[in-house]
Amino acid sequence: MNQELKTQSGWNWVFRMAWRDSRASAKRLLLFMASIILGIAAVVAIQSFSDNLKKNIALQSKALMGADFLIDSNQPPNERVLAIIDSLGGANAKGVSFPSMGLFPNSGDARLIGVKGVEGAYPLYGELETLPKEAASTYQDRGGALVDATLMLQFNAQVGDSIKIGNVVFPIVGQLISAPGTGGVGASIAPPVWIPYHMIDATGLIQTGSRVGYDFYFLAKEGQDLEALDRIVDPQLDIENADLDTHISTGQRLGRSYDNFGKFLNLVAFIALLLGCVGIASSVHIHIKEKLRAVAILKCIGATRKQTFLIYLIQITGMGFLGGVIGVLSGLVLQQTFPIILKDFLPFDVEISLAPDAIFIGLALGVLMSILFALTPLLRTWYVSPLQVLRVQEDSSSAFQLPKLFVFAGILVFIFGFAFWLLGKWSFAFFFVLSVVIVFAILGGIASLFMRLVKRFFPTSWGFTARQSLLNLYRPNNQTVVLILAIGVGTFLISTLYFTKDILLARTALETSSNTPNLILMDVQTDEREKAISSITEAGREVLNNIPIITMRMQQIKDKPVRDLILDTTSTMNRWVLHHEFRVTYRDSMIMSETTKGGDWPAKITKEGYVPISLAQNVADDAEVALGDIIVFNIQGVLMKTVVAHLREVDWARMQINFSILFPSGVLENAPQFHVLTTNLPDAKSSAQLQRQLVRLFPTVSIIDLRQVITVIEDILNKISWVINFMAFFSILTGIIVLIGSVRTSKYQRMKESVLLRTLGAKDQQIVKITALEYLYLGILGAGMGVFLAFLGSWLLAKFVFETTFLPTSTPFTVVLPAITFLVLLIGIMNSRTVIKSSPLVVLRKELN
Amino acid sequence: MSKILNVNQLGKTYTSGSKQLTVLQDISFSIDKGDTFAIVGPSGSGKTTLLGLCAGLDRPDTGKIELCGQNLAELNEDGLALLRNREVGFIFQNFQLLPTLSALENVVVPLELQGKKNASAIGLDLLHKVGLKERFHHYPSQLSGGEQQRVALARAFSARPSILFADEPTGNLDQETGEKVVNLLFELNEEAGTTLVIVTHDMELAKKTQRILRLKGGKIFSETDNQLVSS
Repeated sequence: MNQELKTQSGWNWVFRMAWRDSRASAKRLLLFMASIILGIAAVVAIQSFSDNLKKNIALQSKALMGADFLIDSNQPPNERVLAIIDSLGGANAKGVSFPSMGLFPNSGDARLIGVKGVEGAYPLYGELETLPKEAASTYQDRGGALVDATLMLQFNAQVGDSIKIGNVVFPIVGQLISAPGTGGVGASIAPPVWIPYHMIDATGLIQTGSRVGYDFYFLAKEGQDLEALDRIVDPQLDIENADLDTHISTGQRLGRSYDNFGKFLNLVAFIALLLGCVGIASSVHIHIKEKLRAVAILKCIGATRKQTFLIYLIQITGMGFLGGVIGVLSGLVLQQTFPIILKDFLPFDVEISLAPDAIFIGLALGVLMSILFALTPLLRTWYVSPLQVLRVQEDSSSAFQLPKLFVFAGILVFIFGFAFWLLGKWSFAFFFVLSVVIVFAILGGIASLFMRLVKRFFPTSWGFTARQSLLNLYRPNNQTVVLILAIGVGTFLISTLYFTKDILLARTALETSSNTPNLILMDVQTDEREKAISSITEAGREVLNNIPIITMRMQQIKDKPVRDLILDTTSTMNRWVLHHEFRVTYRDSMIMSETTKGGDWPAKITKEGYVPISLAQNVADDAEVALGDIIVFNIQGVLMKTVVAHLREVDWARMQINFSILFPSGVLENAPQFHVLTTNLPDAKSSAQLQRQLVRLFPTVSIIDLRQVITVIEDILNKISWVINFMAFFSILTGIIVLIGSVRTSKYQRMKESVLLRTLGAKDQQIVKITALEYLYLGILGAGMGVFLAFLGSWLLAKFVFETTFLPTSTPFTVVLPAITFLVLLIGIMNSRTVIKSSPLVVLRKELN
Repeated sequence: MSKILNVNQLGKTYTSGSKQLTVLQDISFSIDKGDTFAIVGPSGSGKTTLLGLCAGLDRPDTGKIELCGQNLAELNEDGLALLRNREVGFIFQNFQLLPTLSALENVVVPLELQGKKNASAIGLDLLHKVGLKERFHHYPSQLSGGEQQRVALARAFSARPSILFADEPTGNLDQETGEKVVNLLFELNEEAGTTLVIVTHDMELAKKTQRILRLKGGKIFSETDNQLVSS
């Protein structure tokens, strides 16, 4: 019988019915679709831009490095390194770079600069962009300096003026506009100044304690396998504390760091998409609820469960696909703005082209997310009985609890999969899903709790309009939960940005007390120390710190020579400790940023013939040593045996001079050393004055003005938060669309209520007041919960991740909360205008039909 | 004459809260092909429940129903849907047209479900018969109650069903419109030779059928053969 009755209609009919039904629901379906457009646009724009960025980096990697490969070291190359350089045919260009003070004699202004001495036609690839143009090719022969264009602007210097670096006064022959390896944070703190290599010695700046980088730039031979070169030569250089980097590996590294930022932004965008999907789920729920009678009729006249289910599934799929297409197109347009938005973070121009992967991802996300989130309401069509045409039956939702669970699990798996694809780590993806679930669950839970509380403790004594507006929150088909989710998540994102920015800034902020250093004199030689101290005291300021510094390297850790450890590929030791030139001081006390983790300082346990030392916990972990372990240091040729007698936790983020290794007093006093002096200046003017004076007296001393550093950090954080705010804005916009969608979805119901109330004698003003109050409750509750959750999350972040006191900014409470509440109120009232003004006759006519 | 509907010792109980509510009890009757049959009774007597069970819209707790030679208990949900599509037509008190479809589209849905090629032509012909050919593109909301029920009639006959179930077909119409719709229903039925089962509490309408089954409290109260009465 079943076989005989096999339906003849097939897919054509299902598609035709989906189309016929969507004609009548077109406006509503379009509004559902709008919920996901922005989320998809944001994801596609970021994905596409990231792809383009990677492609550009790969194409421009030679120009970014300025060579095919380079050998670099932070110590003068020894014979073995020079032999390797010779064996590679000799370097095509070389450079030496270090921070120092630059003094503009004309104005007397001075500031920290990044000096780079260059010999040869570096950059070998790409352009050294200068003004005038010819300065790029003539500065070496003319013995002139190329000075960072922004720095020149800052100090009002002109080409033809001079700059004093160390003991040499250089004529400024050109403005340095862009060059390989410049830009970014480093250039903001120490703007680049290029001078000829052969004049470096004359500056007298390379001396004990100087942080100098030596670079040798190479052009590859034709057909040279750079990866093989990296594989073979780099380990040989490693032992000599030098490195070989190819343009490919550097490009990949640069690509990875941008990729990480891109992935983070993509997650922010994905949250906007998730929010849109919650909007879809809610709207489809009401859409399908209204279609159940039609489904029952279709089943009654012979349509199967599969056919009726497919009609609406096709509608949702079509909507998702269309949303995907519009989202992808918007995303591709949006990414054109990214080079402008991200210009401060990009060291090169990015050419935008179509990224097929991003387009595919946008379309797939549109379709899959729409289906997944619409599936639960869609399942109702499967279970609705044809008997509904004869009599209204009880809700059949209990019949599909298990399928609903599967759908929910599917949604979680999909979000997890997407997060894993972006983050590449199971644990990160897990925490992302967990955080999303927690935030959504808390907001949803609070909304449900609020409705229950209102029901349970209904304020019967309130006036009519206030009571009616509260009743609206739990009317049938209410969207209280979804609205609070939409408002809450958007507010949560924005507020979290404000709070975390404050945490980061609080970490770097200077204390204003006069005991806190804000000017640091680096590389003060022993013979300059007393004179420098008296210069500071003569200026009426106090020397707050006078710290001796000795440089040394680890020679042997426990019983293994460091050279062997470098060659040992099975060693799990963090390799930086093997190559690092440590800057060590000696003192018998601890400072504010240090906490004892083990042992005592000054050390009580001693071992004969061994000097007790204190290690920062992170260095001990990386070097895999514990209390009582032996470390032999090479102090400029002299070996010194030490025993780890104390472990300290160091808060590196504190604006303080911190050390990873401490020696006790009475051991290193006679070792070659230099000094760091600190002082406090009350304002920028006196700071600049003292800097000018010190630079004139001590041309080789570097001065770090912490005020300037903080300004740079603040500036960077502002730029980053602007980008993140830009992405979070998509969540807010999506929230607004979901809000509009939800108001529209319940429009007819509201119209009916409004007409009934008016028929019973309510004034227009009362009806407006009911609507306004309803959205005011929603706005305050959603935005309030969003700010509260952000506050809670940021407090946890401050306490457990940054381990700092959380001093929250008031902006989320005083600006974000009222602004979003007002926005919700405005949208609610604007979209309800037709409801309020609807004619009773129109409503009654509809009711009849 | 062969039986198109065989109902044997039918029983149906609903659970309302913690209470069991027996709606139908020990119902047995049969209908011959081409007959017209009315089920009457006061509100709550189980008329609509009986119609729903006979049409395969719901399942009985006890007893057996054979519709068009098919034991309904042997069919799953989709099997029942296909049987309804091929063999059964419906008329409802509140018309039950699909609001998003035009009049013609509503009429042709059963034909399209069967995969008929010339569905539109058949649909237009039926709309012509019910006097609504010119209104074929109108949506239900643009039609009056009587017009909507005429479209529903056209839809019910479109797939040439063997049996047609009508639940209070005039219940939502004024007397004059109701009479017109009933006349049309019987005309179309005679023309198609369809078995007609009407659930109603309108005795005037019931008397137009060949047999009347009276229900009371979920049980058969009486069965009358109108042909015998009139002869």
